[in-house]
Amino acid sequence: MIHSLFLVNASGDIFLEKHWKSVVSRSVCDYFFEAQERATEPENVPPVISTPHHYLISVLRHRIYFVAVIQSEVPPLFVIEFLHRVVDTFQDYFGVCTEAAIKDNVVVVYELLEEMLDNGFPLATESNILKELIKPPTILRTMVNTITGSTNVGEQLPTGQLSVVPWRRTGVKYTNNEAYFDVVEEIDAIIDKSGSTITAEIQGVIDACVKLTGMPDLTLSFMNPRLLDDVSFHPCVRFKRWEAERILSFIPPDGNFRLLSYHVSSQNLVAIPVYVKHNITFREGSSQGRFDLTLGPKQTMGKAVEAVLVSSQLPRGVLNANLNPSQGTYTFDPVTKLLTWDVGKINPQKLPSLKGTMSLQAGASKPDENPTINIQLKIQQMAISGLKVNRLDMYGEKYKPFKGIKYMTKAGKSVSSYLFEFLFI
Amino acid sequence: MTDSKYFTTTKKGEIFELKAELNSDKKEKKKEAVKKVIASMTVGKDVSALFPDVVNCMQTDNLELKKLVYLYLMNYAKSQPDMAIMAVNTFVKDCEDPNPLIRALAVRTMGCIRVDKITEYLCEPLRKCLKDEDPYVRKTAAVCVAKLHDINAQLVEDQGFLDTLKDLISDSNPMVVANAVAALSEIAESHPNSNLLDLNPQTINKLLTALNECTEWGQIFILDCLANYTPRDDRESQSICERVTPRLSHANSAVVLSAVKVLMKFMEMLPKDLDYYGTLLKKLAPPLVTLLSAEPELQYVALRNINLIVQRRPEILKHEMKVFFVKYNDPIYVKLEKLDIMIRLASQANIAQVLAELKEYATEVDVDFVRKAVRAIGRCAIKVEQSAERCVSTLLDLIQTKVNYVVQEAIVVIKDIFRKYPNKYESVIATLCENLDSLDEPEARAAMIWIVGEYAERIDNADELLESFLEGFHDESTQVQLQLLTAIVKLFLKKPTETQELVQQVLSLATQDSDNPDLRDRGYIYWRLLSTDPVAAKEVVLAEKPLISEETDLIEPTLLEELICHIGTLASVYHKPPSAFVEGSRGVQHKRLPATANSPDASSAAAVADAPPAVIPSQGDLLGDLLNLDLTPTTTGPTPAVSTGIQMGAMDLLGGGLDSLTMIDSVWVQVWVPAMKAKGLEISGTFARRAGVIQMEMTLSNKAMSVMTDFAIQFNRNSFGLAPAGPLQVLIPLSPNQSIEVTLPLNTVGPVMKMDPLSNLQVAVKNNIDVFYFSCQYPISILFVEDGKMERQVFLATWKDIPNENESQFQIKDCHLNAASSKLQGSNIFTIAKRTVDGQDMLYQSMKLSNGIWVLAELRVQAGNPNYTVTCLLWVQNT
Repeated sequence: MIHSLFLVNASGDIFLEKHWKSVVSRSVCDYFFEAQERATEPENVPPVISTPHHYLISVLRHRIYFVAVIQSEVPPLFVIEFLHRVVDTFQDYFGVCTEAAIKDNVVVVYELLEEMLDNGFPLATESNILKELIKPPTILRTMVNTITGSTNVGEQLPTGQLSVVPWRRTGVKYTNNEAYFDVVEEIDAIIDKSGSTITAEIQGVIDACVKLTGMPDLTLSFMNPRLLDDVSFHPCVRFKRWEAERILSFIPPDGNFRLLSYHVSSQNLVAIPVYVKHNITFREGSSQGRFDLTLGPKQTMGKAVEAVLVSSQLPRGVLNANLNPSQGTYTFDPVTKLLTWDVGKINPQKLPSLKGTMSLQAGASKPDENPTINIQLKIQQMAISGLKVNRLDMYGEKYKPFKGIKYMTKAGKSVSSYLFEFLFI
Repeated sequence: MTDSKYFTTTKKGEIFELKAELNSDKKEKKKEAVKKVIASMTVGKDVSALFPDVVNCMQTDNLELKKLVYLYLMNYAKSQPDMAIMAVNTFVKDCEDPNPLIRALAVRTMGCIRVDKITEYLCEPLRKCLKDEDPYVRKTAAVCVAKLHDINAQLVEDQGFLDTLKDLISDSNPMVVANAVAALSEIAESHPNSNLLDLNPQTINKLLTALNECTEWGQIFILDCLANYTPRDDRESQSICERVTPRLSHANSAVVLSAVKVLMKFMEMLPKDLDYYGTLLKKLAPPLVTLLSAEPELQYVALRNINLIVQRRPEILKHEMKVFFVKYNDPIYVKLEKLDIMIRLASQANIAQVLAELKEYATEVDVDFVRKAVRAIGRCAIKVEQSAERCVSTLLDLIQTKVNYVVQEAIVVIKDIFRKYPNKYESVIATLCENLDSLDEPEARAAMIWIVGEYAERIDNADELLESFLEGFHDESTQVQLQLLTAIVKLFLKKPTETQELVQQVLSLATQDSDNPDLRDRGYIYWRLLSTDPVAAKEVVLAEKPLISEETDLIEPTLLEELICHIGTLASVYHKPPSAFVEGSRGVQHKRLPATANSPDASSAAAVADAPPAVIPSQGDLLGDLLNLDLTPTTTGPTPAVSTGIQMGAMDLLGGGLDSLTMIDSVWVQVWVPAMKAKGLEISGTFARRAGVIQMEMTLSNKAMSVMTDFAIQFNRNSFGLAPAGPLQVLIPLSPNQSIEVTLPLNTVGPVMKMDPLSNLQVAVKNNIDVFYFSCQYPISILFVEDGKMERQVFLATWKDIPNENESQFQIKDCHLNAASSKLQGSNIFTIAKRTVDGQDMLYQSMKLSNGIWVLAELRVQAGNPNYTVTCLLWVQNT
């Protein structure tokens, strides 16, 4: 199981260590630093590194490496998942997960790590339970603590830990009973230069914020549940009921949690919300190139495409770009050759465009890399897959809760297209 | 008001200051001081000097203070064992606290104090906590057993904690079950044969029930434990699969992968025509695809595992090619893995898409990735014949880019394409030759030289090209030198008239001026070949080469099977068996997939490979005899078989008459005493071992004219002390022309004398007419006792201990795997282990003779070669 944990910052200093079994010397991290040096980019450090006596499994989050040391055969995914949980918990407790935040709250961090893992076995990782054991630091509480001498540590046995619903604490009370659900979809697509889609997939999640008194039992049904054939649920969802009736039935945890995540990959269901028209040419012998890029919405069911951000890595040969955006602003960094164009909202009546010239290095040869453009965007009030919630019901409690559902579509890590074509005439 | 203030004290005498604060009367000041101590500890400052003062703060009602002190204790108790004893009393008291949180905390902390002296005091409280009414305490105590075991394994066994832990598997609380399983699994790792996790249908059922209700981590432990179980039949395996499949939709990817492991393993047992089998295959694809949309670290581990799954069952992901397309912002380690899987999934149907992608990748920035992409294009060409032409033209396009490393990589793969499709794409050679000067890597240079040599007759200036390489011969790496030597010899054989000078030059360079033994030897071989018999040289050097195989980099099947059983573990990330690299996994059990329901004997055929009969007639020593005779029994046949000829016959038999031979009882009776020599009494018979008893089965025939009565039998002293266990049971008189079959049970307690040959048995049979003497040979296998199966560890240790003089090696010819396998088991020859080294299967077997002598054998089987090598070691147990 997990032996030790080291937190390493971007400059390669170990700023926190925690051992759950015998103490492992810090020098074990040297192997990690070696790998870090070899990697060209910080995120290219391999996640599993073997050393003569230990294995190092690391994740990089918020520019901090979380390096777990293990000694025997342990499922690496188990370790990685646990490390993610640690990061999530820190973020939950301190708002941000940075070196400064961790150093500021080092005692709480230590207490948390102690509660999360016992002898390398996960103990309490649900944030509901942890918060009962160790109260998150707030300015008010710190003040109260200093005055009254009380502590952050709960005096109670975490009751939820042993009930049938370990994810929910008992005795929850609210004056305003509310349940909000956010359907957020991220679309990842690669489009080739002729405009046809190479891959497209939607990664969707339903995040919930449930503040309901007592032990509510919720059911959530969809207009088109058939879309969801590849899903992963929060442990609270009753899987049998979903398989039989395609209805989500669950007793929710208290507070914020991710109810389910899903994945739509079949090509015909994934509509790309924007299109790109481009015309980029270079002339042999001349040091000028023409650049012409137009964006337009498509298949958005009348919803506006907002917060559009286009970025592209131009070839090394490009010295500068003199462009004229019809809306928004653009920047070109002559050092990194990164072109970014903050478009904003797309107006279907007046399509945004970016036109102008690029100046090339004199006598530059044909660029040998194929630049891509990358698009970020947001669409409110729509899930691009067409997923729609039908109704939300509550059983088990008498009061009438306030319910809300929000939809949103974003571009994922990459809506990108290989679209530059360099013509040498 | 944050904790960072604890780091800021840099004044002199910090420790002293803290000491004063710790001993302060004010509770608040004490707590602040402990916090400061902990803060110093977390950043690695040594605050162990404060040990007694911190321990003094332990007796408090304040839970936070208690926890902080506990934290401190865990860190420093090891360095101050004597002081740590002071804390024991508080622990014992806390273990009886009415608050279960404190009870659990105390037992948890005690387990973390790795001091031998303290562990003794821990036993009693731990025993109580294991039976605590509160499940939270029980679950914590279960983990504590694992901790204690890590510190002092003997103590845990002596105190009977292991049994209590086993009982907890049937606990009513799912979390307790999960923790008990986790603890037992960890303990079992250091005791591979202890059978701690004794899985039977009842416990499996309990685990499956707990699976639905425990936390995600508990589910991982339980699923990993389930994967070690072997179901009795396909129905059980199906029902387990049905109960595990819901886990595929879990949000925790480790749960998903562990579930995939269980399903992949148990699926082996399902008949392929079953509807459920198809359903299961379909269900496996989406979760695997989902893993790829997670964080890059998770993706990496998932991809390494998918690589295995795709090799074992390509049908699962054959339609999912697109999810493996590389995204431009993937980390390099994910990109490389994705490429690997793309090649494995490439088929005629999707090759166009794959090639288009690969071509894009080949223009990316990262050098490693580009190289691998170019190499992948070559592999596509080799794998999908229809695409070869397209691949070659793609490679040519890439060569036109003149990017140095792309060109070099392309030339290396084109060499492989030439080897797969000879005489098809030689038209591109001209283009390759243009880039000769830009090659600076040995592999690319060697590949290019190989191409020039191989197609020397089509390249007009081949001699010039090679000559140009020859100029800097001594600066080249060995790889290039060897290749250059061969290429020039090839050239000479093809165009002898013009290149004589060149070949002499290279030969003298290789043989006289080089220090490299490989190079020198190869040079001499060529030289002699060319000087003695140029025709033969031509036949040797220009012989037709076998085509290279389609799939490269495939994991060898037995290893793949083992790795499938380890999906989700480090082994699956490194693609090595756990025994190969995990420290502390002493003698990890080699896991293998269960056999398919359709072929019940598949497992035995796989486990036990083949028979060792060895024939070396002149082996005089004991061992030789043993083995010699060993042959006879396994074939149950020709007992007089001493001469090699007959034994060879037996070998043929092994190869040919498969079916009849698989039955150990197919007796081949010999005539021991012909009627002529025994005044009309004919005795024929055989030996057998039935249900642990050695039997001599005889047929007595009266070929004389008078009645025979009063039969009796006696044995002379023999090598293994065989003696009749009772009198010969011939009760009725034997009339003329009548036969009677008698079975005589034997024991091995008679007097011993070494015979030659070893299995010789001298027998005297008496009847009313006379006493007749004859000698016969028994198959040595009747002496192999049923408990001849050695523990793996013992086997390993013994194998090393046995001195060389007890070792003997034999070749067996023309053996066939399946025929002998069941025979071996029938003869009490047990296969202990199997491993594969360099394409050779090695089988390790043990057998034990009735007199306590062990024989350990190693059988090497080269795939496709009917000749096997047996190494035998003899070991006498000192009792």
